[in-house]
Amino acid sequence: MSDQVKEKKTRTITQQRRLGLILRWILAVVLIIFSIFPVIWIISASIDPVNNLATQKLIPDNAGIQNFRELINNPIFPFFTWLWNSIKISVITTVLTLTLTTMAAFAFSRFRFKGRQELLKTILLVQSFPNLLAIVALFSISKQIGDVFAALGLNTHAGLILVYLGGAMGMNIWLMKGYMDTIPRDIDESAHVDGANDWQVFSKLILPLLRPILVVIGILSFIGTYGEFIIARTLLTKRELQTVMVGLQIYTSGQYTQNWGVFSAGALIAALPIMIIYLVLQDQIVGGLTAGAVKG
Amino acid sequence: MENKNGSIGTVAKKSISSLSSFITTFIIIAVDVLLGYITYQLASMGYIPLTVVFIIIILLISAAFLIPKLSHLRWMAVGLSAWLLFSIFPILFTIYNAFTNYGDGHLISQTQAIEQITNQTYLPETGKAYEWVAYRSNDNDYLLWVKDNEGNTFIARPVESEGDERIFDVVQGENGIGEIDDDGAPVTIEGYTRLNRILAATDQNLTKIKFGDPEKTIQVRSPSEAAELLPLYEYNPEDNTFTNQQTGKIYYDREGTWTARDGTQLIPGYNTVIGIDNFVEFATSPGLRGPLVTIVTWNFIFASMSLLLTFSLGLLISVIYGDPNFKGKKLLRSFLIIPYTIPSLITILIWRGMLNPNLGIVNRMLESVFGISPDWFNVPTLARIAILTVNTWLGYPYWMLVTSGALQSIPSDIYEAAEVDGATGFQRFWRITLPLLLVSVGPLMIASFIFNFNNFNLIYVFINGGPPIPTATTTAGYTDIIISYVYNLAFASGRGVQYGYASAISVVLFILIAAMSLIQFRFTNMWEEVGENV
Repeated sequence: MSDQVKEKKTRTITQQRRLGLILRWILAVVLIIFSIFPVIWIISASIDPVNNLATQKLIPDNAGIQNFRELINNPIFPFFTWLWNSIKISVITTVLTLTLTTMAAFAFSRFRFKGRQELLKTILLVQSFPNLLAIVALFSISKQIGDVFAALGLNTHAGLILVYLGGAMGMNIWLMKGYMDTIPRDIDESAHVDGANDWQVFSKLILPLLRPILVVIGILSFIGTYGEFIIARTLLTKRELQTVMVGLQIYTSGQYTQNWGVFSAGALIAALPIMIIYLVLQDQIVGGLTAGAVKG
Repeated sequence: MENKNGSIGTVAKKSISSLSSFITTFIIIAVDVLLGYITYQLASMGYIPLTVVFIIIILLISAAFLIPKLSHLRWMAVGLSAWLLFSIFPILFTIYNAFTNYGDGHLISQTQAIEQITNQTYLPETGKAYEWVAYRSNDNDYLLWVKDNEGNTFIARPVESEGDERIFDVVQGENGIGEIDDDGAPVTIEGYTRLNRILAATDQNLTKIKFGDPEKTIQVRSPSEAAELLPLYEYNPEDNTFTNQQTGKIYYDREGTWTARDGTQLIPGYNTVIGIDNFVEFATSPGLRGPLVTIVTWNFIFASMSLLLTFSLGLLISVIYGDPNFKGKKLLRSFLIIPYTIPSLITILIWRGMLNPNLGIVNRMLESVFGISPDWFNVPTLARIAILTVNTWLGYPYWMLVTSGALQSIPSDIYEAAEVDGATGFQRFWRITLPLLLVSVGPLMIASFIFNFNNFNLIYVFINGGPPIPTATTTAGYTDIIISYVYNLAFASGRGVQYGYASAISVVLFILIAAMSLIQFRFTNMWEEVGENV
């Protein structure tokens, strides 16, 4: 009797569990559809020769790569030039950002100087000012510098990178310094005793230990720069100099509904490098995000 | 022996360090010379504020490398320079602009404005008169031959024409001039046709064209007379006023705009400090204040709802699928993280296509299943719902990742204790999980709130803040948030660009953001960590 009750009870628990599992999977499927539907749709649009928002079907007839071919040959839509510009600007900005912030963070972490806290606090607080708000100022500074030294002015990639570097000091320094603080100072003190100078301590001892945080800040900086479009659009007005985000955004402000397929093909290629970085390096990125970094 | 080696080592090291300090000094001098040259050029072009920034940068770099006590600055001199130039200076510039009338009609300096106004001319009804003959080419270029009452003659090209001399003498054989008639006017000019009285009287353009040099301009007044134009406004430097020579009206300088007693204004005005007028106007003018109230309210609703929706959905997923026994967890996570991996600009553009009210796939599906077709772009409430939906899609994977990590760090013995005390699953969630979670992810929630508070990309790219608010005197829409409103004020307002207003709101917005950031820093103990003594 009591065995029977027990058996019945276990059965209901298993049934409940099974029911819960089924519900969970149903919910999971709903969530997956919600998450990937736009992606599926854009993939379908990119291979749909119809090339029109209004008549595009989810499962295209006569799928083909016409839209991708169009990307290569379209003179008013120099897609691969833009993509190359974006990658170039993002890589250079990232490398320089890492250099500047790592060195500054080393000074903040290892040296004790007057005004250290105040400077660090100011840098943090200033970064909360969105530089978009000062875009008129950024534009006129770039223009004025360009009037004197054309290589760093408007319509140059170097000028844009310089503006990006102006915003590099901030959260990155704080993250980097926090990480360096966890490296015991005994290490550098003993190196100093052995006759190493600050530069040697930094480059030979500390830098190799920073790999994880360098990866995180590097990826986030790359993604942020790659995705930025409003400053790039303001400072770069020549079509062949623009970045892929600016190009896509300007492209869609015209008659994009009639060129939807080409846009989709471009969007897909532009998104791919970032998607791959994310999916491969998920764990490092999540670590950085929970430490307070913000995706651009 | 050892001692000796040691001293040799020291000597060698010293000479190396003196060599490297020599190289350092050399590089610094080279950098300073380059920067100094740029600074000098900037100064000579009259870019005074930027010149000052560059002088500060030169001083900073030189001090960092030449003063041993400031050697820590070497590590950040370049970064700080870029930061001064492109973070600090733009902020100061924006704050300064907030107190000026900088914008359309007030873009130039006082000297430039005076020059432009003084250059305006009018055609007097009486005064020095000329006889004239006009010539026209097939491309509708004109030449005007004139003779004053002393018998001097010359030919003038339009003021706008470039290259050639605008005034030249009548000499047969030069400038294509053919035979000359009794009056002294050329009968023919190569490439031009001489206009007879009737042709000249019926020519539509002739009376509008100004001929000659900018300082000496001649215009056709009547079929028999041409006259020299006179300056319309006379500037009086003593009381900084303009007097209209035609009507005698006096224009007084009112905060950068010369204004007459009847309210008429001269264009252009000039860029000047006007105190807190920009702020006052936003507080008092109904066409400005109305939309601003709508926008600020929506800004807070948007940021809070975005946070609430993304956080709840993310947390829900981590709670439901956090169970280690659930198979396929990894696969599920890889799918659900996808929205987060696409650059946000691209996803927003995709959603804009999907939600297009007439052509998008969402409405085509809704139409065929439910027979409805909501206008996501033009109905304010629907547009706001659409934006929140898109933002939820964009943001929930972040919270899914963050909360699943945070949930794992909650010690399991707390739950065991709660179970012993007879707490239900629901109670456990509300009384234990949520409070502990909020403590650990609180700072990130503030950061996320601030991020969404300024989520320009979404608002601007989706439908540029639309649909428009009809009562607004500036470009303002129902889904605009402060930052997109500021951007449009600065660049695309219906009233022209309004940098002064835009900067005034920027300053207020910055104070808001700084306050929120300070709260975040307190939460994270950032300030304390900044001050720690490692």
